Amino acid sequence: MKIAVCVKQVPGNSDVQVDPDTGVLLRDGVDSKVNPYDLYALETALKIKEEKGSEIGIISMGPPQAKEVIRESFMMGADEGILLSDRRFAGADVLATSYTLAQGIKALGNIDLIICGKQTTDGDTAQVGPEMAEYLAIPHIANVSRLLEIGEEYITVEADMGETIEVQDIPYPCLITVEKGIYTPRLPSYKRKFAAMQKDIKVMSLDDLPDKKEFMYGLKGSPTQVERIFNPEKSEDRETITGSSVEIAEELYKRMKEYKFA
Amino acid sequence: MGQLHINHDKVDHKLMRELIELCPFNAIEESNGKLDINAGCKMCRLCVKQGKGAIELLEDTEIEKIDKELWKGLTVYVDHFAGEIHPVTLELIGKAKELAKVTKHPVQAIIMGYNVKPLAEELLHYGVDQVHLYEDEELEHFKIENYTGVFESYIDEIKPSSVLVGATTLGRSLAPRVAARFRTGLTADCTILEMKKNSDLIQIRPAFGGNIMAQIVTENHRPQFCTVRNKIFDAPVRSETKSGEIISHDVDKSKLISKINVRNIFKKEKESCISDAEVIVAVGRALKKESDMDMMQEFADLLGGRLACTRPLIESGWMDCKTQIGLSGRTVKPKIIFACGIHGAVQFTAGMENSDTIVAINTDENAPIFNVAHWGVVGDMYQIIPELMEKIKTGRDIISAGKE
Repeated sequence: MKIAVCVKQVPGNSDVQVDPDTGVLLRDGVDSKVNPYDLYALETALKIKEEKGSEIGIISMGPPQAKEVIRESFMMGADEGILLSDRRFAGADVLATSYTLAQGIKALGNIDLIICGKQTTDGDTAQVGPEMAEYLAIPHIANVSRLLEIGEEYITVEADMGETIEVQDIPYPCLITVEKGIYTPRLPSYKRKFAAMQKDIKVMSLDDLPDKKEFMYGLKGSPTQVERIFNPEKSEDRETITGSSVEIAEELYKRMKEYKFA
Repeated sequence: MGQLHINHDKVDHKLMRELIELCPFNAIEESNGKLDINAGCKMCRLCVKQGKGAIELLEDTEIEKIDKELWKGLTVYVDHFAGEIHPVTLELIGKAKELAKVTKHPVQAIIMGYNVKPLAEELLHYGVDQVHLYEDEELEHFKIENYTGVFESYIDEIKPSSVLVGATTLGRSLAPRVAARFRTGLTADCTILEMKKNSDLIQIRPAFGGNIMAQIVTENHRPQFCTVRNKIFDAPVRSETKSGEIISHDVDKSKLISKINVRNIFKKEKESCISDAEVIVAVGRALKKESDMDMMQEFADLLGGRLACTRPLIESGWMDCKTQIGLSGRTVKPKIIFACGIHGAVQFTAGMENSDTIVAINTDENAPIFNVAHWGVVGDMYQIIPELMEKIKTGRDIISAGKE
């Protein structure tokens, strides 16, 4: 069985602010890391590999420095890695990102199971997984909280639907997005570090993908556009509520109603 | 749309360094002595604004404009489970009605499932113009390909301009799938929605980890998809009389192709985990005796929240250690937290100071908890909490009496 895991490099620090005067985005530090949710996806793949002897391919999209997250995946036990990197992928929204990744998966070839993290810490949309599945015309199940059985024809999972848990069989090829906590991600192995540094990371540009139509990628392939960015209104005000117990309760109730808690 | 063009003759060494520094996404880099833009670019256009003419935005001219007049209506996807409509659906109907005033478009609801006619009837009390009903035994369980297929038929036939989906687990799985099928835009977790006269939906959501808001539009694609979480918008008041119509559609059996097999569905056990709770009632040392926990538990239950505590209550054995907030316990970030009788040591506040709204109730007006509280209440929780619970209960009685 061949498994693909989607991994994204995200900023190490999500504390971004807009300078109110100039409108400039201020981001502290340039640290980056593997999207924490993707570690659960990779760990899930590694568990399947241990049981079934599968092969794990990592796929990522981003600037050249995103190679680092693929290397880290190698250190955890992934077998091969592809980085989709091209200036023409820039400015991609969810749709264009999903399309690019789906093309990368096609280039990887013969994938039985795709595992994605539930969401990313920078985009936070939780939509790339399902959209990729649509582009690949395969079924998907989101929010998988447990693997019950890795069958020959299908995989049996528990999906966390919020109020309920659903036990479902989903036939290969398919895509699942996994919940945080499905397994505890292992740490990168320093024993594997040397081998990981030597391992080849395939960098693919638009010209290497099956579909070479430029308007499907990057900004051109993105239906949504950011019109403006701005600082949220923060209710930093600290207010004091005083009065008799009855008055205080009255005021608290009024506010809770307004905030839909009562 | 468009793309960035670098005027290399305007870029000197100093400006190059400035531009590289300027880009929040590290997407501007030097390659062979020249400035280049890499795949990290998010097209925030900051470099165009601040780049002293070195980077220009070249607009594409050849884009064919769609005819927005062909797409009419604001559609709300009806999320339901076990015969109940999810509250987010009604909240979205309320918002859709508001947005529809700008464009004079109809408000539509789409409901799919098996034996869901009563729910469709119920929706007529909330002021939608049409409820589109798709019923089939195969739609009893949510299977992604089947639901996507039915949604596709609906959009092909009705051509709504905007589609609003609740950001429930199901909605977050279904909306992207349908949006991708139509090669159109989807904006997740919008917190503000507005409508332009030309039927462009203004979608505002937190971006980059929540510290920044992004205003997003889908200018040249229809339908425009967005998801919205629970409790962001207001549900309309249920009216006694019905309005609007139910339109029953035949389900195209060729769309029901899913090979997913739903073996079993069971109700999730309420976990005692406080980390994911949206409402938390935290109690501290001011609690006088163990039996007083009952009152606090009742308060938490009333709000649909979880009871948590500070370390002294763990040490006294009154609470389970899984419910401790703070450095040696759990970190929480609920929508609202009530810190009742908690002094507010940093070891505690470190685990909860990122909560959206912090309410502190304490008799000591100098307690440090008031430094982190949004609503600081100087008073006795033993008097205030029972009063507050009375008010909430009375309020709910009035609402439920109105429904009957």
